[in-house]
Amino acid sequence: MEDMKEIIRTYVVNEYVEDDTEVSFDTPLISGGIVDSFSMVSLKRFLENKYKISIPDDKATPEAFDSVNKICALVNEFTK
Amino acid sequence: MAYTDKTRGMYADIITGLKDAGLFKQERYIHSAQAADIEVEFPEGAELKKVINICANNYLGLSSHPEVVKAAHAGLDSHGYGMSSVRFICGTQDIHKKLEKMVTEFLGTEDTILFPSCMDANAGVFEAVLTKDDVMISDRLVHASIIDGIRLCSAMHDTFKHSDMAHLEEKLQLHSDKRQKMVITDGVFSMDGDTAKLDQMADLCEKYDAMLFCDESHSSGFIGRTGRGTHEKCGVMGRMDIITTTFGKGLGGASGGCVSGRRELVEMCRQKARPYLFSNTIAPPVVAGVIKVLEILSATTERRDKLEKNTEFWRKGLTEAGLIIKDGDTPIVPVMLFNAKLSQDVSKDLYNEGIYAIGFFFPVVPQGQARIRTQISAGHEIHHLEKAIEAFKKVGKKYNILGKTKAEIIEMYGM
Repeated sequence: MEDMKEIIRTYVVNEYVEDDTEVSFDTPLISGGIVDSFSMVSLKRFLENKYKISIPDDKATPEAFDSVNKICALVNEFTK
Repeated sequence: MAYTDKTRGMYADIITGLKDAGLFKQERYIHSAQAADIEVEFPEGAELKKVINICANNYLGLSSHPEVVKAAHAGLDSHGYGMSSVRFICGTQDIHKKLEKMVTEFLGTEDTILFPSCMDANAGVFEAVLTKDDVMISDRLVHASIIDGIRLCSAMHDTFKHSDMAHLEEKLQLHSDKRQKMVITDGVFSMDGDTAKLDQMADLCEKYDAMLFCDESHSSGFIGRTGRGTHEKCGVMGRMDIITTTFGKGLGGASGGCVSGRRELVEMCRQKARPYLFSNTIAPPVVAGVIKVLEILSATTERRDKLEKNTEFWRKGLTEAGLIIKDGDTPIVPVMLFNAKLSQDVSKDLYNEGIYAIGFFFPVVPQGQARIRTQISAGHEIHHLEKAIEAFKKVGKKYNILGKTKAEIIEMYGM
């Protein structure tokens, strides 16, 4: 689980952060303006490819993607 | 009649909020034709002031060129004022087809379709050629009109970091399963004045079987050795799949735009693009004016050559004065001030010195990136630029920003 959190955190930082903003596991990503709604697409596709899952569009909501912890919970829901 | 006091109050509060936040846009009224020297009424009711304009998109100085004005007059006389119809009913004249052919030749593409504006071209093109099975991968700094067009399209959308080719390649790999992939960029980015790496993008598109789209609104007519645009500068003429551009900037400055590119894609726009199907096209006098503009630019590179020299002079002058400008070689030259209020104050003081230039700040540019965006024209003479540089020096001295680093300016004024 910790591995998954770190992998997702690293992806978010590399993909979306272009300054020295710190991202913790609880940092609000969408509501905090780090990830915009356009860019959620690549995050969803990254998760699907990495963890060999399929996240239905109605589950890929801004709320479900709003922190690393919440994203991990979403991924776990579909890997079980 | 349901516009109640409550409704009026709601909108009035929103407008007040914009004013309080410093986001309220106020127009300045120009009483002369668009040119290097203009007469401005500002604020409303004030006496007219003669100023040098360094914030127009009039890159080639053709907005009031006598030959263009004369051609527009002739077009008005021969083809009338308006069409009162969309293109496919009874709104297509011989001159519309002539202009489409001329643009195709000028840009080195296969075919062209006119739109009422480039905003409309960008709003219509993506939904006309892509479906939900496809993906659009755009630079994160593309123009607002492209973002709106992307929003109107059912294809998946993803972004890559500004001009980051490694990141673009990652995205092309990520979306390799999509039916069609389209990479989307501006040729010259309007806020920073930098140029897309179209040569590298064309290579990546060929490697990953993707189409390449470029908005050339801030480059058509003057970027590249003969002014064809960024694709000429990058050596990829003939490798572009879609180019959109405007006739409202360098190419005469009136209005209108187009989609130019692969024959089938242009035909898809003709059949399906909603701003084309449900709006009148460019009015006859403007079409006649743009035809003359293309004739002038096809006959000689004199104007883009002069613009290039003016740009070099301007960039050197500002740098030697000790101001911070964005690197590049285009006539869009942002003078970086970082602080929003400082950009507004400098703009105001420049105006008092007879120089018309506008401050841009968040949300038009990122937080802490406030600037005065200056735009150079072939219509400027060296004496215009010298006067403007002197004004920048005087105002820069007042605010103690000459020769200062970014960190020093931020320390004095904040982000």
